Amino acid sequence: MKKLIAILMAAVCLLTLAACSGKEEKNGAADTKGEGVMTYAEYAAAALDSEVVVETYVQNKQSWWDNKATFYTQDKEGGYFIYEMACTEEEYNKLTPGTKIKVTGFKSEWAGEVEITDAKYEIEEGNYVAPATDVTDKLGTDALADYQNRFVSFKGMTVEAYDESGAAFAYKNDVDKTDDLYFKVSKNGQTYDFCVEFYLCGQDTAVYKAVEGLKVGDVIDMEGFLYWYEGANPHITSVVPAQ
Amino acid sequence: MKPLNRLFSTLLASFCALSAAGCHGSRGLPAFSVPEHFDDAREYELTFWAKNDTNKIQTAVYTDAIKAFEKLYPNIHVNIRLYTDYGRIYNDVITNISTATTPNVCITYPDHIATYITGQNVVAPLDELFADPEYGFGGSELRYDGPDAGEMIGKFLDECAIGGVHYAIPFMRSTEACYINVSMLESLGYELPDVLTWDFVWEASDKAAEQAPDGTYPVNGQKTMIPFIYKSTDNMMIQQLAQRGAGYSTSKGDVLLFGGDTEEILRDVADHTAAGAFSTFKISSYPGNFLNAGQCLFAVDSTAGATWMGSHAPNSDISPDKFVEFEIATRPVPQIDPSNPKMISQGPSVCVFNKADPEEVLASWLFAQFLLTNDVQLGYAETEGYIPVTAKAQSDPAYLDYLSRSGEDDGAHYAVKIEATQLLLDNIENTFVTPVFNGSASLRDAAGQLIENTAKSVRRKETVDGAYFEKLYDDVRSLYRLDQLGERTAPGGEDLGPLPGTSVALLCGIGSVWILMGAYLLTGAIRKKLEENRRKT
Repeated sequence: MKKLIAILMAAVCLLTLAACSGKEEKNGAADTKGEGVMTYAEYAAAALDSEVVVETYVQNKQSWWDNKATFYTQDKEGGYFIYEMACTEEEYNKLTPGTKIKVTGFKSEWAGEVEITDAKYEIEEGNYVAPATDVTDKLGTDALADYQNRFVSFKGMTVEAYDESGAAFAYKNDVDKTDDLYFKVSKNGQTYDFCVEFYLCGQDTAVYKAVEGLKVGDVIDMEGFLYWYEGANPHITSVVPAQ
Repeated sequence: MKPLNRLFSTLLASFCALSAAGCHGSRGLPAFSVPEHFDDAREYELTFWAKNDTNKIQTAVYTDAIKAFEKLYPNIHVNIRLYTDYGRIYNDVITNISTATTPNVCITYPDHIATYITGQNVVAPLDELFADPEYGFGGSELRYDGPDAGEMIGKFLDECAIGGVHYAIPFMRSTEACYINVSMLESLGYELPDVLTWDFVWEASDKAAEQAPDGTYPVNGQKTMIPFIYKSTDNMMIQQLAQRGAGYSTSKGDVLLFGGDTEEILRDVADHTAAGAFSTFKISSYPGNFLNAGQCLFAVDSTAGATWMGSHAPNSDISPDKFVEFEIATRPVPQIDPSNPKMISQGPSVCVFNKADPEEVLASWLFAQFLLTNDVQLGYAETEGYIPVTAKAQSDPAYLDYLSRSGEDDGAHYAVKIEATQLLLDNIENTFVTPVFNGSASLRDAAGQLIENTAKSVRRKETVDGAYFEKLYDDVRSLYRLDQLGERTAPGGEDLGPLPGTSVALLCGIGSVWILMGAYLLTGAIRKKLEENRRKT
């Protein structure tokens, strides 16, 4: 009996160790890439219009439409924006934040936004949700581009008048509010364009409502994805008063 | 009548009635006809789905038009829903047809209407309304000064007819224009001709694409240069085919796109993409952004995009420090034969959806027709390089004054916008549209996809040769289900509406003959059985 208990305990210990080591592999400092998969550095160095293969984690997504959807994804080294990847609505619903996917597509650039297009994917084992990286001090510098498509934060930004009307923000569609919101914020005398992308955060989301409530002069902290359109144009997912 | 005969008569009548009912279809609205009376004491709640070009002045024109209309018709309330994309409107309409929740009035394209009308009585045919003496064009009961029938530009109105029936009215018309950096063109040693040819554009673009060893382009001293950018590649293909006199489609929906001329066009695209001379909006971004930054020589976009073009463009997505100063000119799209120019006619039209209540449809028509009044027409046309669709608006002194003041400022009288407008006004007779049928929207998408795929493949260093084009044609046919175009108008789950009376009569007749034959045999068998029983007893 004692022998049996000892064997069982040993087996349990072994299983526990195995489980722990697996977890460590998933959440450790760096991802181990599969065969034929690029590291982020290799992806960043790849020429435009070349085929790329990356393993990355869904961080957020825009709405599904016409069997295509657009994803904000990131691994532990960098961000990958995946534009209009073919997927069914059922598959789209499975691709929740943290889901690991292997993506094969082409590296493209549209209005400055580096993205993966004409992509296909497969779901892999693993889960990772990136914390926001504070890039406030990178605003206005070339170094900001290194964080393109990553989940980032901006601290202590001041809301500026969006246009000559003096409003703190502008609707792309101000009749029925079913489109993007634009606003401007400044830091150290420089003003930057920010956006609430409607397909990412619609009019019922907290961030949409928060931006609708902004006043010129408010000082705010923000989180979002560092999208690019003719320059940095972050897609903001959270706005709160500066902490 | 003997009991057995009465039974047969009843069965026969029931069969005929069921046949006729079956022929009429089980779903759909009754066909619209103009009500004899319009009850203006009733309340009407209308929905209007509209499209704007991300232009707040256009939005204001719509909302002002609604206010003005509701002032005239206090019992008709119009709720607007705005879109910035025709594709989304189309998708939402299709979704709402199945739930019978279509809007009342909708900005749309005839290509899309061709799909809507495959449903039973989904879209109201407008010819009867056009001609109605009280509420039609110039009608006696209208509370506004709309155009009469003779004041509609016939060419634009004809574009809204499908199978000889008008399912829409034009709202605005535009065409495409080529916006040119003349300063750059002259620096390359070229003089700008009045009409561009494809040969000229390709040659100058190739020259502008030449790179220095350090990766910069001598023509602009920058590291980015895309000499020729086309916004809507479907139009690029369609216009070139028309200019060549080559096939695209028949009015019945036969696809002629995949011919030798198309391959020649694609080979040009491939060659000049390889030279770094050509790209598209879908691949690179808005042509105007590159043009204004001195990174593009020829930018082809709608005349309705004119306010985004030029060193002093009132609309822009690039930061002020990226603008360069240059002389800009506006020309029709490149041509094969400059003496016989051909260019697309495009722009929004308005359709009215059918409803169970014909008076609601009439109220919708009153609003749709109000969009043709001069204030709305001029207000919207002047936001971009659109032209009004009525002679009444085009000859309005206020409009003529507007056109005459080109370049007075960089706002309402922005020169590039008014030049683009004038370009279309001067070329109305040189515009054309493609045949409209159920599936024509897919064919249009396919035409653009051929160019997009070819350009992308070249950029991705794929081999582009005869075998490539063969596969491309197959892929695009399959992607847009072009092989099924003929089948889409046949039963495929879609209700085709009531059968003609003669067909119903014929089917009933055939059914009756079969029933009578069966009845004859059954009667004979029963009689025989009765006779046998009688003999046995």
